[in-house]
Amino acid sequence: MAQLLAVLIDGLIYSSWLFIIAVGLTLIYGVMKILNIAHGSLYALGAYSAASLAGYWINHGYPPMGSYAVMLVAAILVGLIAGPVIERGLLRFMYGKDEIVLVLVTYAVFLILEDFVKLAWGVDPYFIAQPYGLLGSFDVGDLTYPNYNLVLFGAAVLIGAVLAWVLTKTRQGKMLLAVIHDREMSGAMGINVGRVYFITFTVGAMLGALGGTLTAPMISVQPGIGAETIVLAFAVVVIGGLGSLPGAALAAILVGIVRSAAVHYRPELDLFSIYLVMAVVLIMRPKGLFSAQEARKI
Amino acid sequence: MKHDPTLPILIAGSIILLAVGPFLPRWAMFLINVSLCYGIVVLGMMLLMRTGVVSFGHGLYYCLGAYAAGTLDQVFKISDMAVMLVAAVMVTALASAALGLLLRKYRDIFFAMLSLAFSMILYGLLVKTSSLGSSDGFNIAASRIAGITVAGTSVDRYVRYALTVVFAFIAGVFMHRYLNSHMGRLAGAIRDNELRVEYMGASVGNVIHVNYVISAVLAGGGGALAAIAVGHIDPEMAYWTTSGEFVFVGILAGTGSVLAPFLGAFIFETIRSFAYEYSPNTWQMALGITMLVVIMFLPGGLWSLFTRKRKAA
Repeated sequence: MAQLLAVLIDGLIYSSWLFIIAVGLTLIYGVMKILNIAHGSLYALGAYSAASLAGYWINHGYPPMGSYAVMLVAAILVGLIAGPVIERGLLRFMYGKDEIVLVLVTYAVFLILEDFVKLAWGVDPYFIAQPYGLLGSFDVGDLTYPNYNLVLFGAAVLIGAVLAWVLTKTRQGKMLLAVIHDREMSGAMGINVGRVYFITFTVGAMLGALGGTLTAPMISVQPGIGAETIVLAFAVVVIGGLGSLPGAALAAILVGIVRSAAVHYRPELDLFSIYLVMAVVLIMRPKGLFSAQEARKI
Repeated sequence: MKHDPTLPILIAGSIILLAVGPFLPRWAMFLINVSLCYGIVVLGMMLLMRTGVVSFGHGLYYCLGAYAAGTLDQVFKISDMAVMLVAAVMVTALASAALGLLLRKYRDIFFAMLSLAFSMILYGLLVKTSSLGSSDGFNIAASRIAGITVAGTSVDRYVRYALTVVFAFIAGVFMHRYLNSHMGRLAGAIRDNELRVEYMGASVGNVIHVNYVISAVLAGGGGALAAIAVGHIDPEMAYWTTSGEFVFVGILAGTGSVLAPFLGAFIFETIRSFAYEYSPNTWQMALGITMLVVIMFLPGGLWSLFTRKRKAA
């Protein structure tokens, strides 16, 4: 019983993390039909900037509680710089190309950014563990969980709720849905599609970086974290149905619980379990759990 | 009809490679060996690209072929290169025939993602299999060929090299003939318009399935040969970045001719080995920029440079 509870709690924590890293990816795909491999690099950039900035903040004796604000600022900065540079500088010349070609374009961006990270931060790992332990911990049975996990959970719920609200309740969100539905028609109706793409990509980039900054205190920040994370985000997004927000949430929970069960009961199946879920879902529902019906085009 | 120089080039190239092999310095022989292995894999990618599907999980078969060769040595104590190669081809043919049953129904991004999932499943399994060395992999010793022990003799390296050249030659000739056959020509038609191919009475699913198996077998053969040449294998071979590299070299080379993958692989491996030596932290960046340039200005890959010139002349 205690173990089952641990599986659930671990699973929910992991689900929150998965949702945070995947939500930007699914947003960008939903609007722009780009499966953005560079999302992994934005995650890495976020983690590195958080490690640097929060490290600087703490080492200079500023109040440690402020490090959370610093991490948030780091994510916003990365999104605001990298998002526009990638979208305006490169992607906008590629719109209308094949989806697979767009994947390769973002793969190229991923490769470039991977080395950019190495050049800017070197290849040695960074650690900023302070924000992880700062908030104390809570006990469940004889297990102790740092309260930082609640921050993760809260952030996931908040991001999901805000995005859902913006998409369904605001004027901007409705315009976005119109663009998703029919790009050309909404352009003809006077929506500035280029601007919608620009804002979506920047917000998506910010969310990717935020995933990185929130993760940074829990891991050693080192080269390769982007490549590791992007495949997990792919798995979540593809399981949920590309471009679907509720799909990503459900997929994150599903994958999170399955993986945590695997880790507790059969640790050798850890990574395997995630991709098994992905393969099984794709086999049962080729376009993921929540996918829109598409008219067949000749 | 204009004369197609592909076959003579393949024959002449193989003979030259076999003839100069013994006189090459060790590093050059190794470089050619490894790039041929890579070229064989990319040859299979080329076939898939011609068919209009892109696999982001061909590392699966690359790794499977290598591990089929490796387990023969590790578990069954069989260290005959020829047997290893045959085993790799058979294992990957079986695996791809089975997975192809599923994948043949998928297209575009879903084909790419499902194949990625399969390769990551293998990666996840191998990383946790301690009897096969977990994430470190293990060394394999391919000491014999067709019953003759070559390990420790002066021709040891040359035999591995020659085996690769011969396999690459066979793969190249096969692919050249296949692309000009009825099935092979359907590939391009499917990429252009799948529905019309169905209307004309050909089975799109079958063609994709067959091409998938062929490309998987080439990836498996290339993986086994790479394992024999390098002498070490690890689960990284099934990681998605390995598969990404295959797609990358395929795009870089272009799908115009069976020679393109070998040329692309050779350029790629040469740049990689020198970049590792002189600037290990910027070589991926160079790759990324090259890829963007190729996608923007040479959608047909490097090979289109040749064909473009020929048309102008």
